[in-house]
Amino acid sequence: MGIVEAILLTVITAATPLVIAALGELVTERSGVLNLGVEGMMIMGAACAFVATQLTGSPYIGILAGILSGALFSLLFGFLTLTLVANQVATGLALTILGLGVSGMIGEAYVGQSGEKLPQIVFPLLSDIPWLGPLLFKQDMIFYLSIALVIGVNWFLFKTRKGLMLRSVGDSHSSAHALGINVIRTRYLAVMFGGACAGLAGAQLSLVYTPQWVENMSAGRGWIALALVVFASWRPWRVVVGGYLFGAVSISQLHAQAFGIGIPSQFLSALPYLATVAVLIIISHNRRTTLINTPASLGKSFVPDR
Amino acid sequence: MKKLLFALATSAAVLGFTAAASAQDKAKICFVYVGSKTDGGWTQAHDIGRQELEKALGDKIETQFLENVPEGPDAERAIERLARSGCGVIFTTSFGFMDATIKIAEKFPDVKFEHATGYKSAPNVATYNSRFYEGRYIQGQIAAKISQKGEAGYIASFPIPEVVMGINSFLIGARSVNPEFKIKVVWANTWFDPGKEADAAKALIDQGVDVITQHTDTTAPMQVAAERGIKAFGQASDMIKAGPETQLTAIVDTWGSYYIKRTQAFLDGKWETTSSWDGLKDGILTMAPYTNMPDDVKKMAEETEAKIKSGELKPFTGPLKKQDGSEWLAAGASADDGTLLGMNFYVEGVDDKLPQ
Repeated sequence: MGIVEAILLTVITAATPLVIAALGELVTERSGVLNLGVEGMMIMGAACAFVATQLTGSPYIGILAGILSGALFSLLFGFLTLTLVANQVATGLALTILGLGVSGMIGEAYVGQSGEKLPQIVFPLLSDIPWLGPLLFKQDMIFYLSIALVIGVNWFLFKTRKGLMLRSVGDSHSSAHALGINVIRTRYLAVMFGGACAGLAGAQLSLVYTPQWVENMSAGRGWIALALVVFASWRPWRVVVGGYLFGAVSISQLHAQAFGIGIPSQFLSALPYLATVAVLIIISHNRRTTLINTPASLGKSFVPDR
Repeated sequence: MKKLLFALATSAAVLGFTAAASAQDKAKICFVYVGSKTDGGWTQAHDIGRQELEKALGDKIETQFLENVPEGPDAERAIERLARSGCGVIFTTSFGFMDATIKIAEKFPDVKFEHATGYKSAPNVATYNSRFYEGRYIQGQIAAKISQKGEAGYIASFPIPEVVMGINSFLIGARSVNPEFKIKVVWANTWFDPGKEADAAKALIDQGVDVITQHTDTTAPMQVAAERGIKAFGQASDMIKAGPETQLTAIVDTWGSYYIKRTQAFLDGKWETTSSWDGLKDGILTMAPYTNMPDDVKKMAEETEAKIKSGELKPFTGPLKKQDGSEWLAAGASADDGTLLGMNFYVEGVDDKLPQ
């Protein structure tokens, strides 16, 4: 295996959880709900996926547990912000803090255990393609799911009627309500989708990235996913570009250090963030396209006026 | 009405005071942790020490701890809360609690403070540290014997003297076996991020190293090493569970004896400000069993450990040059503790530019 291939494999592992969590949050935000609890839902997913895998011996049940726990946890956020109309920013932050605490309790007995790594699914023939084969067709299930999610979310949001309805709820909940769309239900579903994705991303952390459980193991990846959504100006494909760019820069800076390139490591560590800022500036220089993509009702609570 | 409330409040205060006084039959010994007590590394090692303390002196003391206390302004509040609640001794167990400890100690001259790995003290603030570098010297020797490539990977956290000292000691140890030995250093710029630590390990292994060591807190690098079939060293706690066929040995922090010694001194009224820097010989640092290596390497490691314990061998002994080639220690001279604790340079042979 060549060094470039090795680097790319590591990049894929690093970028996958970011892409998955960001896609979920993208759908949530497209419906007009800002859920800052991605980190909390992600860490819940990581804990539940690991514990379920250890209990049942099957990482696939673990994945399921991750998805479900993320979705259930986001339901709490949904209830507070959509039904009780609590402030979304404050509730999201609380969800993160709660998630970090609760996940610590769930996983307490499992700290330090080495988990089974999610097995690879190898596509015969395709995986023999030089270069691309091992990268794209010799991966674990969560990677394939992430690809399916990108295609699926893009298709759903921009090619289906339901997707159009979801976007209209996010752009103007009053108009959508007047048209007879059930705003609250749409948002509940979008929030739960976001939670499920964050949970899946968490499962990737504790089953693929580093098959173990330690408290706080998401280490800020949920926040990066949140930033990616803005970076991508709410377009699914740009989430992929952003996620992989971020992953690529952060991995190559480690390699640059190991090669002994005499650049200060603090600067190299800051590179992924600098790259993100640079791309953000380039993207946002055209304000009109940014405005078109930003959900106009983002973060605004909706109270139906009957 | 106001008077009544005031009376109630004062009587409550008096009651509260008596309650506190009666609880003082047992001295309260308190701990502030930077991480969670089950982190599998640094904080867990401190918590095991606390449990040993409770076991040893449980009839005279009770312990209390606060975990996940972030370094910085929040630490001040946490330490102050403990000081107010009647703690006799407060152990603050992270380098970053240094200034907060000093500041609160000024406010509570009757409370004794003990700060781990720092360099600032006061009449009621003692400092304690462990000579981790002694263990890293042994690791370096083992790495030089085990590595086929003559090169080890080193995952570092932050360029503070503690970490720089470890890198130097590792290389000096390795070069005492193989004078051509090299290390590749990768700075993760974090103490705790399993993903990033794993990425750093992968990067090092992809670039061809066949032994890695770490100065970060999680077992993720050990796991990656196990997956890739190379060898690795554990850090702070015995990480053998993460790599039963991978871990060569680990530097294990064993704070218990220190906590018992200092608490006993406090109970006897003999507590004084000290600056303790113990190592292998005092049992504050132990090596996890030497595993997954040939017998001759194991024997060498045990001999080195014995020599360090007896004081016959000091890792930082000349002739040694600094990275830029200038003389540092003449033959036979040993570095003094002050130089080590402020170490901000590499020794000759480290193939990395020290971040300043």
